[in-house]
Amino acid sequence: MNILRLTALTALAVTPLPGQQVQLNGAGATFPNIIYQNWIITYNQKFDNVELNYQSIGSGGGIRQFSDKTVDFGGSDAPMTDSAIVAIQGNVLHIPTVLGAVVPTYNLPGFTGTFRFTPAILADIFLGKLTKWNDPRLAAANPGVTLPNTDILVVHRSDGSGTTYVWVDYLTKVSPEWAQKVGRGTSVNWPVGLGGRGNEGVAATVRQTPGAIGYVELGYALINKMAVGQVQNRAGNFITPTLESVTAAAEGAMADMGPTTDFRVSITNPGGAQAFPIASFTWLLVRKEYPDAVQARELVKFIWWSLTEGQAQAPRLGYAPLPKAMLPWVEARLKTVSAGGRAVWRGPAAQ
Amino acid sequence: MTSATTESVAPPAPASLRRRNRGDPLYRGVVTALALALPLLLLVLVAELAVNARPAMRRFGWGFLTSSTWDPVAEVYGAAPMIFGTLVSSLLALVIAVPLALGVAIFLTEFAPRWTRKPVAFLVELLAAVPSVVYGLWGIFVLIPFLRTYAVPPLKAALGWTPLFQGVFYGNSMLAGGIILAIMIVPYIAAVSREVILAVPASQREAALGLGATRWEAVWSAVLPYGRPGIIGAVMLGLGRALGETMAVTMVIGNRHDIGLSVLQPGYTMAAAIANEFSEATTDLYLSALFEVGLILFVITVAVNALARLLVWRVARGAAIGSKAL
Amino acid sequence: MTVRALRRRAVSALMTGLVAGLCLLAVLPLLFILGDLVAKGASSIDWHFFTRSPAPAGESGGGVANAIAGTGVIVGLAGLIGLPVGIGAGIFLAEYGAGRLGFFVRFVADVMNGTPSIVVGIFAWTFIVKPVGHFSALAGAVALAVLMVPMIARTSEEMVRLVPHSLREAALALGYPRWRTSLRVVVRSALSGIVTGSLVAIARVAGETAPLLFTALGNLNFTTDVSQPMQTLSLQIYVYATGPFDEWHRLAWAAALVLMGLVLVLALFARWVTRERYGAR
Repeated sequence: MNILRLTALTALAVTPLPGQQVQLNGAGATFPNIIYQNWIITYNQKFDNVELNYQSIGSGGGIRQFSDKTVDFGGSDAPMTDSAIVAIQGNVLHIPTVLGAVVPTYNLPGFTGTFRFTPAILADIFLGKLTKWNDPRLAAANPGVTLPNTDILVVHRSDGSGTTYVWVDYLTKVSPEWAQKVGRGTSVNWPVGLGGRGNEGVAATVRQTPGAIGYVELGYALINKMAVGQVQNRAGNFITPTLESVTAAAEGAMADMGPTTDFRVSITNPGGAQAFPIASFTWLLVRKEYPDAVQARELVKFIWWSLTEGQAQAPRLGYAPLPKAMLPWVEARLKTVSAGGRAVWRGPAAQ
Repeated sequence: MTSATTESVAPPAPASLRRRNRGDPLYRGVVTALALALPLLLLVLVAELAVNARPAMRRFGWGFLTSSTWDPVAEVYGAAPMIFGTLVSSLLALVIAVPLALGVAIFLTEFAPRWTRKPVAFLVELLAAVPSVVYGLWGIFVLIPFLRTYAVPPLKAALGWTPLFQGVFYGNSMLAGGIILAIMIVPYIAAVSREVILAVPASQREAALGLGATRWEAVWSAVLPYGRPGIIGAVMLGLGRALGETMAVTMVIGNRHDIGLSVLQPGYTMAAAIANEFSEATTDLYLSALFEVGLILFVITVAVNALARLLVWRVARGAAIGSKAL
Repeated sequence: MTVRALRRRAVSALMTGLVAGLCLLAVLPLLFILGDLVAKGASSIDWHFFTRSPAPAGESGGGVANAIAGTGVIVGLAGLIGLPVGIGAGIFLAEYGAGRLGFFVRFVADVMNGTPSIVVGIFAWTFIVKPVGHFSALAGAVALAVLMVPMIARTSEEMVRLVPHSLREAALALGYPRWRTSLRVVVRSALSGIVTGSLVAIARVAGETAPLLFTALGNLNFTTDVSQPMQTLSLQIYVYATGPFDEWHRLAWAAALVLMGLVLVLALFARWVTRERYGAR
């Protein structure tokens, strides 16, 4: 009899509430998870008629689940490839939400300044061609400091990661040798070094190993107050990675993109005097055509809110906001989202 | 549960009564159908795995088992590091868990004061009730810091010259995974070994004691040899658990596609790879490779489990071994 | 007494001490884990922890109401699916399971008891999530039910078997048909045992995470709609434990304490149900 009662109770609990709420499920990239969780929960509390959900399962997963239509929107740190877009009949928009940067971090006992890296030095270190911290080339880039006679130990990510993609994308752009020998990817065949899992793994290894150099996400380095190096940008300036210099990278890249861009662009090594050169967008994947107009409209409204009001949360959580000048471009793309062939959103003014 | 009646129970009713019982075939049909759901489920499960693993099998053949490249960019997959990691972490767990579990089983059946037996057995069984993810949480925030500060430095000082304890200790490592697994499988091995030892006929023990053996000698030379197949079965049952354990291992083992001898280095297991990468898999081949990993894991655990059951059944016939472990 | 006899005694005493020590060492981790759960989790548990959904990332406050409700819904639904099948199969094994089919089913059940839960997770993904086209609590519940069935089948079988023959024979002698004997007399007498077995199985799947990763997925919101993704305590602990914020780690410990408490209560309740009859083992 107890079982019967238990069964009845469970059945009651299981019956769904008759909700007029719009449910929107998303999944994907881990890197923007923190700010997406912040945005979504804030937004859900603010607007009772929508219930958004985002689960971080990785960029690859975001693209896959979005393509399989098991989620309403995806998240990715790497843009979809042309062939992947063809496979879903081109039914996707890439909407940039925030920017991330990847920064070199190192462990040099006795060195207190900020280390300066040129593009060629970074590439040659990761190619295994520069092996001593007091190499004359490093000394030339860091005049006036004494460098220790320590071996350079390279630490990289062992797991597939958007962070790795941005890092090697940059090395590919600045070093022909890297482009030819290694190339781009979320995980690559590293010429030298030790692997660490996640930002934590790389950071921990660097911290424990004198002479180590690795790369981590800027937000992670900021929160954990790690030693990060300056990197020389295309304009020839050594730039400290900060949220401002990352936003400046996107501003610098806008000239190359143009207002009709589909935003699937790499913004590493951009122009701009103050731009930090190893930066990237993270994207929300949105369909051009949705079956349900109400759902589509609520999703676009949420995205617009994230790109305007939501951006204020970014710096506190370690993300660089999008340049304001880019908003009109994104707005134009969002206006093309449709349901049954009819646009669902006419812009912020008509909201 | 150690009662030995496996024969069917009810004597047939007289023919005069049987005619009235039209409910009987129906009842029997329903429970038979429900019982058949189990093999059916198993069949569907295997079929699903095999069908989805086909593309990877066709592409990589047996090389999948021996290749250690796992490169989603180039679409080349080999599962050797995960198979290696699964086996090594499980064996490491056995090395730690078997003495502990046998200690528990022998102590509780032969030596412990009577009033302590039930509560201690309950405590050990509670270890099996702790959810895997809680073990993982504890592993990350308690076990790994403990290992880093107190356990690994002396280990490295004493054994650092062997290949087993070389390299930087990252925290997340084969060692951490093996220890967590050991804690998790102790209750299974202990519970089954205990049942096996209890099933050893008292005459064995009494005969040894009667010949003047000490209590330990009776256990060691009469009871344990008799129960040996069952105890080996119990250990294999623990091995089966360790091989398939997912969350706790994923959280502490480091998840690196690499084959290394040092237990201080991170490793990977098949279950962890599926947990980490299944929803991440972008291409069909990638997904198929993960299905093949699942299939391999499934086949290995089923084989280990089946063998374990047969061994245990030799001593304690038909008993639902381990189902009592909470 | 000869030296040899003395030595044998000493060895015996030494080994007794050794197994006692090993036993102590085996129980130690449990005490540490429970102690850490209370030490690190208890202070974060307040009323809001049970009544609120998570706060936006990076802000403090908030609770795990969505995960507690989700655990209840998914585990309840898994029970609805798994209990009838498991108990039915158990009755079959006890009443008609003497033949070759019985042996086969028993063997399959025991083998399935050892199936890695992650494999069951990808099975539920291929079977439900992919064809239906979205993640759902239902898919998670099916995965958990698959894990429950063999456990419940075997414990139910044993409990039904423990019912004395005399009882059954008495009922048959009174002219009861076999099915009524089985249901009204035998199963009923074994009911407390079957409830115990079911509770144990429920306690075990309530803490499962791996089968839910690609099925229930997780949800930031409070929902009881089983066709939607749903959060559970176990998924929440996983996300919080592997996240970067101290606040999340704090909540992970608290959620783990709640989950452990839930499992313990179920386990103790299961023991209590059968406290007299079958508890004496």
